[in-house]
Amino acid sequence: MSSDNFVEISGLHFGYGRRNILKGLDLQVPRGQVVSIMGGSGCGKTTLLRLIGGALRPSAGTVTVDGESVASLDRDRLYRLRRKMGMLFQFGALFTDLSVFDNVAFPMRERTSLPEPVVRDLVLMKLHAVGLRGAAKLMPGELSGGMARRVALARAVALDPDLIMYDEPFTGLDPISLGVIGNLIRTLNDALGATSIVVTHDVRESMKILDYCYLMAEGQIVARGTPSEMLASDKPYVRQFFHGEMDGAVPFHYPSADYGAELGLDVHGR
Amino acid sequence: MVDKGWLTIRGVGRYAIEAFLRLGYATRFLGLTLAHSQVCLRRPRLVVREVYFSGVLSLVIILVSGLFVGMVLGLQGYQTLKTYGSESALGVLVALSLLRELGPVITALLFASRAGSAVTAEIGLMKATEQLRAMEMMAVDPIARVVAPRFWAGVISTPLLTAMFTAMGIYGGYLVGVVLLGVDEGSFWSQMQSSVDFREDVVNGMLKSLVFGFAISWIAVFEGYDAPPTAEGVSGATTRTVVTSALTILFLDYILTSLMFRGI
Repeated sequence: MSSDNFVEISGLHFGYGRRNILKGLDLQVPRGQVVSIMGGSGCGKTTLLRLIGGALRPSAGTVTVDGESVASLDRDRLYRLRRKMGMLFQFGALFTDLSVFDNVAFPMRERTSLPEPVVRDLVLMKLHAVGLRGAAKLMPGELSGGMARRVALARAVALDPDLIMYDEPFTGLDPISLGVIGNLIRTLNDALGATSIVVTHDVRESMKILDYCYLMAEGQIVARGTPSEMLASDKPYVRQFFHGEMDGAVPFHYPSADYGAELGLDVHGR
Repeated sequence: MVDKGWLTIRGVGRYAIEAFLRLGYATRFLGLTLAHSQVCLRRPRLVVREVYFSGVLSLVIILVSGLFVGMVLGLQGYQTLKTYGSESALGVLVALSLLRELGPVITALLFASRAGSAVTAEIGLMKATEQLRAMEMMAVDPIARVVAPRFWAGVISTPLLTAMFTAMGIYGGYLVGVVLLGVDEGSFWSQMQSSVDFREDVVNGMLKSLVFGFAISWIAVFEGYDAPPTAEGVSGATTRTVVTSALTILFLDYILTSLMFRGI
């Protein structure tokens, strides 16, 4: 059964210094699916991606990717495992001193010994897949936010990874770019036969493309299910998160002293 | 009063411990950089590219500064030597001052402000915009790919720039001394030729600049890599590169001078 999951996480604990970020997290990502990890800002979603990529080591628990326990790998084996992964960073993280073409060619030139004509054809194919073949000669500074994200996506899938991770792919995009990126995540996943993990807090866009969804809060998974199950859930936090309600399980007000007392008024209220 | 004294001592102690911790961290980072340097031999184009950005693009400031420093030396030297009637030694004075001290030191100071700061800002911004992390996720080591080529480019560029600064300075001294103030051209060059020793003066000067280049490059890449990934963090790191480099250059210059020119 375990071989059906590309990523398996069990009992994962992690903290920066004394601050605990993840507290006993369990999660499975089946092969071939697009799975999202949702949750409010600062709940540890990005940290989780870094743990899957082996950039951080868990303080307890295990992260298994394609049958290999990430924390137990030495540098060479970790780098070999990373060749199966592609990652899209929040704002693209394109190399600003390289052109669009060279950015997409970067992993191919660094990690393979493909001859230059083959690299050229592959780069153009990847750029064509994200609709930016015509922008190959531009520099990252000349791209809009949505275009930069698409180039970064082409670069992330440059070596046809088995696992694609997306860190907040929808942040700061206009509605058209949102739809484009959403569609690309789905189509690239299916075309490459890959597995995708999308870390996001964008409910509307991600619900259209997901197979399964995990909701995180305070370092743990608080709910899981298919998009329709999540939308129909009547758990207070799930309802508040998926319907964007202002007040609920997560209070609108940061914990504070009594409002009336703080203003020096003899009234009781917030 | 006593409390205040204790607090001050504790503050100094904490500052000293932090400084040593940072030095230790920087040394480990240098070790890592050196250990990952074989990529520079395998792919020399990576270094050549950085030599262009650090070295070639610093040429204008280095050459112009060299010319003016040499001209000032010619002017000042002429005034002083004339008092003793030995203007013909102007060539020696200009050449020795530039070869032994001014060439290596001023070039290093200029290089730190022009190229060292740029390297720190570039690496710091690459870190802040997650470019280094992206590289790591592509299984490409940023220390080998980004840090080591920039480090070695600095080490290579500094002595070359020093040589050009010194040559330009000597020409500046010649312009002012011989062309403008009328010192005899023959004695200007011949005295210089007979008094400047290749091993003692030229090689020692180049050695100095090599050490300075090593120090500046180390400081610049470390500060960039260690910068907090924010606008404030990168600007602070850039300032630290210039200040720390300047102090280190002047301190090392004293040490090297006292070791190299002891018998003179």
